[in-house]
Amino acid sequence: MSEQIRLKKGLDIPVAGAASQTIAKTVSADIVAIKPTDFRALVPKMVVKEGDRVLAGDPLFVDKNRPQVSFCSPVSGTVEAVVRGEKRKLLEVRVKADGKMEYRRKKAAVPASMTKEKAAERMLAMGLWPMVIQRPYGIIANPDDCPKSIFISAMDTAPLAPDYDFVLQNRFDDVQTGVDVLSKFTKGGVHFSMNYYTCPSSEFKKLRGVIFHEFEGKHPAGNVGVQINHISPINKGEIVWTVDLLSVAMIGKAFNEGIYDATRLVAVTGPAAKNPAYVNAIQGAPMAAFADFFETGENVRLVSGDILTGENVGPDGFLGFFDNQVTILKEGDYYETFGWCKPFRCKKFSFSRTYWSWLCGRKKYDMDTNTNGGPRPFVVSDVYAKVLPMDIYPVYLAKACLAKDIEKMENLGIYEVLPEDFALCEFVCPSKVGIQQIISDGIDLMLKEMA
Amino acid sequence: MGLRKTFDKLEPTFKKGGKLSAFGSFFEAFETFIYVPKTVTAKGTHVRDSIDLKRTMSTVMLALLPAILYGMYNIGVQTSLASGAAWGFWQCIWFGFLKLLPLYLVSYIVGLFFECLFANIRNEEVSEGYFVTGLIIPLIVPVTIPLWMLALAVAFAVVIGKEVFGGTGYNIWNPALMARAFLFFAYPKQMTGDDVWVAGVDGFSGATPLSQLAATGSVDYSVADMFFGSIPGAVGETSTLAILIGAVILIWTGVASWKIMLSCLAGGLLVGLLGDVPCYYQLIMGGFAFGCVFMATDPVTSAQTEAGKWIYGFLIGAFAVLLRLFNPGYPEGMMLAILVMNTFAPLIDHIVVSSNIRKRLKRAQTV
Repeated sequence: MSEQIRLKKGLDIPVAGAASQTIAKTVSADIVAIKPTDFRALVPKMVVKEGDRVLAGDPLFVDKNRPQVSFCSPVSGTVEAVVRGEKRKLLEVRVKADGKMEYRRKKAAVPASMTKEKAAERMLAMGLWPMVIQRPYGIIANPDDCPKSIFISAMDTAPLAPDYDFVLQNRFDDVQTGVDVLSKFTKGGVHFSMNYYTCPSSEFKKLRGVIFHEFEGKHPAGNVGVQINHISPINKGEIVWTVDLLSVAMIGKAFNEGIYDATRLVAVTGPAAKNPAYVNAIQGAPMAAFADFFETGENVRLVSGDILTGENVGPDGFLGFFDNQVTILKEGDYYETFGWCKPFRCKKFSFSRTYWSWLCGRKKYDMDTNTNGGPRPFVVSDVYAKVLPMDIYPVYLAKACLAKDIEKMENLGIYEVLPEDFALCEFVCPSKVGIQQIISDGIDLMLKEMA
Repeated sequence: MGLRKTFDKLEPTFKKGGKLSAFGSFFEAFETFIYVPKTVTAKGTHVRDSIDLKRTMSTVMLALLPAILYGMYNIGVQTSLASGAAWGFWQCIWFGFLKLLPLYLVSYIVGLFFECLFANIRNEEVSEGYFVTGLIIPLIVPVTIPLWMLALAVAFAVVIGKEVFGGTGYNIWNPALMARAFLFFAYPKQMTGDDVWVAGVDGFSGATPLSQLAATGSVDYSVADMFFGSIPGAVGETSTLAILIGAVILIWTGVASWKIMLSCLAGGLLVGLLGDVPCYYQLIMGGFAFGCVFMATDPVTSAQTEAGKWIYGFLIGAFAVLLRLFNPGYPEGMMLAILVMNTFAPLIDHIVVSSNIRKRLKRAQTV
């Protein structure tokens, strides 16, 4: 029996440009990049030099504080460049693919016969450990910890998010093996949350060895943090792990076939995307590979991920470590005469009812990146809570973060949240407050103080 | 477009380092008044909701419109009744317009001057908060108020009531009520009594229902008069109907909290049971309806937690009527009730948030 949890708060942003469930093509990834910046609080240390030859699954850099945690190349080829920013901060490691896709192979292994230590060792050796994220804080898990439980969300409710049932078609065995591996690490079980409406037809309903939960509701019901808050909230001193479903499949494949297979179906979405669809691509794929999905010369923003939490990587950027979605948006750098007082503005979407969009049913909107107003002090008090289905007072938590009041942050639930859970609050905010950044800074402060 | 080009040409002059950079905030305020700026999202979410404070505030202004229009008309009606001249509809409106216009000019010129001044000092964008405050202040004073007093009150409300705390969003008390409280305590003669409510007829005594009630224990006006608003009183407060239209707009658009309005109503009715007149009289007399709909719901100074809003609203209604019934010196209690609850709103929120904290601590202990 699975538990059904219904969430009333939330918002599915009706943005146009959902990917049709077809595979348009296979993009050629000439140069791919792995970015240490995709991980919170990671201090990377290079283990290869420019010009070195690597196979797919060979480590590029490791975690300086835990050198057994390595980050691998998704392709075989040569290390093209090590890109550094201010203070020599490592930003990207670029690998030029040789097109042969040779894997660093290991023997297949059956997790059932392995001990926890053996499983961890294999995951570390194959560069799979960075996919295991610890809560609180959203950092890479410590392999020596024993988490209360492990959570997997098989439900992505983010705007225009790829459909897991589509991107992981025929990968059931990999996911099952991945789950088997993860269940070695905890006594609290592996919690597997699915969409209440689509789960009866989903293959993953047949998984063994997981505790099923069914969630019903709008975004952020699919956020693993929101799900944890309803299944078994994190208390002070507790640790849980989360792994996204795509990574579970990668972990499974690494055990089933012994390779680090970072290829994935990527959804190309967004209002400025021409014929949005799925493509065969790879972790760290260059944005240049998606160039024929938008008009050249048009001022567009290329986002790795979704419109709420993705990163603006630009036309020369690369797909993020965890991402399997590219969102293409028009830049909203235009003036609109008397925009704020036009009574209708039917082409604009608003969660608030000061526009008409709440009466427009299922209309999809051609959104752009205009902020639709300037930043202001915080005024309207009740909007955040309407899109945050957690037992948390977002405004008070944000204020505690701003005040750097550790005890208050702790009391108000900083351990239970990540910035992504507040993305919708940021979207609906009439004062245009950057609450994700505030929460993110708060978490960084906690990491520093608690270290 | 020509105007856009002019703005683009002028912009460097007002930017940092430009000749007129000291007036940057003025320029910015005027520019964004005409154009939605072309700024794009930098960090965090890549798209933003279409709502901003300009839209929120203009919705409140729209909701105030029925009360303003009726108030204008009623100024004429009261004068025509007092002087015995039988004025037509348009004559009443025109007379009211001429009386109200100077109040608005003073309110906006003085208020926006200080808003812009402080925004400039702080190097911030001018906040839209004053557009609503400035619209409300003339509605809650007698129409006969001398303009210099109004100017003083507005300056007090903006500077002491708001800007010293940090501007819109940081203030503790509702700025419009600060203006009224200032006038009430500094110039009681021009704010209360029976002869301040009717314009253009000297020495005419037009008692409001509340002062009648306080003086004689009964009300001469009919329920219909008090509901539709053809009674003496502060400009915007007389017509409960016009205020209700505003309330519908605010609740329909979700801009103001229906929880505060409803609980305020409940509090007023409940305590009203203790009085000699039917309890619903309390809702249609004086400033109860106006305060309940437009001022208790001010998002900055009201309670911010959902549970807190119920308590906050209920206590405003209850205190307002309590003051009316049991304080012989002062027939109207809404202003002080709201100001008192503004003061206590953070405490109510603190209690609500503390219960969330206790719940979290308890959860940690039981595991």
